[in-house]
Amino acid sequence: MEKSPETRRYKNSFLNWIEYRLPIISYMEKEYGDYPMPKNCNYFWSFGALASILLVVLIVSGIFLAMHYTPHTDMAFDSVERIMRDVNYGWLLRYMHSNGAAFFFIIVYIHILRGMYYGSYKYPRELNWILGVFIYLLMMATSFLGYVLPWGQMSYWGATVITNLFSAIPVIGEGLKTWILGDYTLGNATLNRFFALHYVLPFVIFGVVGLHIAAVHVHGSNNPTGIDIKSKDDSVKFFPYMLVKDTLATCVLGVVIAVVIFFGPNLMAEVDNYIPADPLVTPSHIVANWYLAPFYAILRAIPDKLGGVTLMFGAILILFVLPWLDTSKTKSCNYRPVYKWFMMLFFVNFFILGYVGMKPAEGIYLLIARLGLIYYFGFLLVLTPLIGKIETPKSLPASISDFFMNKGNNIKESKSETELH
Amino acid sequence: MRILLIAIIFLLPNYNLLAENSNSSKPKHKWSFSGFTGTFDRASVQRGLKVYREVCSGCHSMKLLYYRDLIDIGFSKEQVKAIAADYTIIDGPNDEGEMFERPARPSDRFVSPFANEQEARVSNNGAYPPDLSVITKARKNGVDYLYNLLLGYKEPPEGFEIGEGMYYNKWIEGNQIAMAPPLDEGYVDYDDGTENTLPQLAEDVVTFLAWSAEPELEIRKKIGIKVILFFIIFGIIIYLIKQRLWRDVN
Ligand code: HEC
Ligand code: HEM
Repeated sequence: MEKSPETRRYKNSFLNWIEYRLPIISYMEKEYGDYPMPKNCNYFWSFGALASILLVVLIVSGIFLAMHYTPHTDMAFDSVERIMRDVNYGWLLRYMHSNGAAFFFIIVYIHILRGMYYGSYKYPRELNWILGVFIYLLMMATSFLGYVLPWGQMSYWGATVITNLFSAIPVIGEGLKTWILGDYTLGNATLNRFFALHYVLPFVIFGVVGLHIAAVHVHGSNNPTGIDIKSKDDSVKFFPYMLVKDTLATCVLGVVIAVVIFFGPNLMAEVDNYIPADPLVTPSHIVANWYLAPFYAILRAIPDKLGGVTLMFGAILILFVLPWLDTSKTKSCNYRPVYKWFMMLFFVNFFILGYVGMKPAEGIYLLIARLGLIYYFGFLLVLTPLIGKIETPKSLPASISDFFMNKGNNIKESKSETELH
Repeated sequence: MRILLIAIIFLLPNYNLLAENSNSSKPKHKWSFSGFTGTFDRASVQRGLKVYREVCSGCHSMKLLYYRDLIDIGFSKEQVKAIAADYTIIDGPNDEGEMFERPARPSDRFVSPFANEQEARVSNNGAYPPDLSVITKARKNGVDYLYNLLLGYKEPPEGFEIGEGMYYNKWIEGNQIAMAPPLDEGYVDYDDGTENTLPQLAEDVVTFLAWSAEPELEIRKKIGIKVILFFIIFGIIIYLIKQRLWRDVN
């Protein structure tokens, strides 16, 4: 049973020593060295890596911020300003963290849309998708909690609005709300626990991301054609081929983020959050974090509080079952002439929902929000199952390498349908 | 898909701006510290401090500032000591358990005009003059807004119901503000011979407040340019490597 220590795999004896006791070296080699990527993956496949990098940036900057932050209602606002003024490069930490969070959402949104457009959620990657939606939920919770910490006006009133939602739940609502707040009103007890949770959740996200990536690597990445790797010709090794693309993408992201962090660090911030929280003064309109705005729009589109809350959570939870709502076998929208356009409209619609989510819920904005809401659910619950049944997909290329060779030319129409499935 | 991505990348950071009420009608002023390389005009910040000390500090605190911060805007240690010594703060308790008064030191925070919010309200008809430390960050388009506000006092238009003790101002939400026009031509005498017209006073005090809200602005931009250059140069190198590597694949 015992393997002889002579089974050497690596020249370096230290690596060998480790490998023999914990085969982590070969694991890394398999997952990030030789891991086969479809050759035709475009830069949308770099967004997962970008999100991972941002997650690390957020965790590191967050830990340093926490060293100087004081979670007390009387001191939180000033301690944040103290970080900005008196801690060496504290402004950089804070702006990296706040803008990093915003970009994290932008990146993850693109990552999710990529998954939807190219059908990455379908067999055999359903679990991978579910873990992704789970990450997204955790991200929303984390960013909400983090937004409360500076204890500015928007922190206070945003948290008031969101925690009030829980009281809409019948029977247990009020009790649940008090349990979450740790008090009858939003106060010091709340701020303390929100800080504790905001500190721990990112590590939970980190863990789930680990599972999420391990899950992709089992069956390999999807690609713009949506067909599987069939031969060695179809793929390239992660190292160095994909790594170099991911690094290039990181540089581009670096430029964009640096422009914002260093030249417009408050562009994405709410001005009211530079006013200390005041329970007696309600801001003229309470807006959601812009990256959560689409769901805020759905919440306010319904006149009934419980209904709004249900639909808002429903809008996210429904994503869990997307793999089973979609009845089409064809993955990539590039080969789905009808669904493709409805998918595009879904993206645009999501964007519009976000826009009205930041406007007062009245008049034309309310109307748009309602139409957007109908399309959101209509697309997922009706169009997706239906179009999969009636649409005739375009013929797929014979293999990835075949597609890759003909990139730019139109895909050969001669391939018969049956040959492909 | 590619076009969509580009659209998203460019639109998202502006999302907030899009959602704001269109501010385009508000006049914009030219500031020494705007743009990619702008820096604070030291003389203007120093004049602004004088305006703050002689006018605004009668009602508004700036609690986040220390006197020692003034070294950043070109004052010497001695000058800062002298400025701080103009103010009295209550310290203590001392060895006898008593609170006592002493002149402020550079390591003290700016002394507030009122002991607490209640006292401030009583002296201002019930209105609360907000702390000005980060005021330019606490209003949309803060610097331009403040500048316009200070110059924006007018006679109310025909039929405008103005509240008791309120003043008409074009730029404040609801068009009435509880602050009497704080500045006018000649309110503050400058030592450096700059003309003390109203627009000049307003520009200087706003420049001072902008510095106070973002004292890191200059170093931030300086580092920013280096970081951007780093990513561009590193990116070009990576791009060349990538082209080389993928040539074989293609
Ligand atoms: C006589 C006292 C007094 C003086 C002097 C004074 N202010 Fe005010 N200020 C107030 C009061 C009171 C308010 C609150 C107004 C309100 O709530 O309507 C206020 C409000 C403000 C605001 C907030 C406006 C807003 O958008 O809510 C700013 C900015 C401001 N003052 C700047 C200044 C500056 C700059 C100076 C010096 C040039 C100054 N103030 C001098 C009393 C004063
Ligand atoms: C913290 C946030 C996230 C990180 C760090 C992350 C990271 C990654 C990484 C590194 C990959 C492999 C590379 C790639 O294909 O891009 C990946 C793949 C994937 N992710 Fe995520 N992800 C995150 C959030 C999400 C979310 C919220 C979803 C969906 C709701 C999601 C759905 C997917 C899918 C479907 C794949 C497989 C894509 C394919 O193979 O085509 N991810 N993720």
